[in-house]
Amino acid sequence: MKNKAVPRKGPFILLTIFTMLLLAGIAFEEPARVLELAKAICLSCIGIG
Amino acid sequence: METVRKLIQTLWFFLVNGFWGFPMTRNIYQGPLKVVCSPGLNCYSCSAATTYCPLGSLQQLLLGIRFSLETGGMYFGTYVVGSMGLLGALCGRFICGWACPFGLFQELLHKIPSVKLAFPARLTWLKYGFLACFVVLFPLLLVDQFGLGAPWFCKYVCPAGTLKAGIPMLILQPELKSTIGWLYWNKIAILVFFVLWSVVTSRPFCRSTCPLGAFYALFNRHRLIKLKLITENCTQCGACHRVCPMEIHFNETPDSGECISCMKCMNQACKFDAISLDIAGYSFNRDI
Repeated sequence: MKNKAVPRKGPFILLTIFTMLLLAGIAFEEPARVLELAKAICLSCIGIG
Repeated sequence: METVRKLIQTLWFFLVNGFWGFPMTRNIYQGPLKVVCSPGLNCYSCSAATTYCPLGSLQQLLLGIRFSLETGGMYFGTYVVGSMGLLGALCGRFICGWACPFGLFQELLHKIPSVKLAFPARLTWLKYGFLACFVVLFPLLLVDQFGLGAPWFCKYVCPAGTLKAGIPMLILQPELKSTIGWLYWNKIAILVFFVLWSVVTSRPFCRSTCPLGAFYALFNRHRLIKLKLITENCTQCGACHRVCPMEIHFNETPDSGECISCMKCMNQACKFDAISLDIAGYSFNRDI
């Protein structure tokens, strides 16, 4: 195993930004809406109807 | 390592398609796991799907954004984009190579003996157009008299939805056959096109059309886990070019958005330890 200790900051900045987006979505109760949509079959979405 | 990758791809297929009670229920899974984002392209209208498709959900939220605002909902897609972004920032297109059921399907098709053709490199830009237009702009902006848009990518393009949801749904609920029309046959034609193309060319849908692959590709340079070129070890022998299923010249463009990190170049081609796995700046070679 080689260790080249030059840590990259970019991924952590991106992870922080998207974690905040995710938390904002949770705060607006978006997961419940996502679940509601995912439970229903959208027939036209799959080419039927 | 290739066997391990195939096993992991298969495992992911069953993880995101873990509901096998559908022949009895004749309906899709409707449990709480559907609040979890599928990392790869996996239609959530598929009878066995246990997770939500990020592309499908994002389109559904954007097409109804006016209606939800009028009714007091604040659904801007931030939960979905946050989930997709976390996956992208963590491993980018590793997901395409290791966790996408439709990617696995194309790889299996490509094993069918036939003439093999190169992929036209210019078409790689198309998928960014599909992401911007068919997933974001059209569902958001092209609305009917009620202010509702349509899930353009799912409705008019997605062959994964046709394969895993459209066809099985007609088998499970034959009474729906009376409702099929040009939309269905259009999607069947797209599916057949990509099936045939996958036999002769490696992963054509991922490279030309997949909006999820396009989204993850945006992270390839700055993702936490990626492949890294150790330039001092590279002899420019070109061995990595020959094994790459995405036809990337890794020694020239190690951060290419097309790299699905299947690691064939690292494990099967490079004899000089010029390619390593990089996690947040720390390198690990193939001996780990």
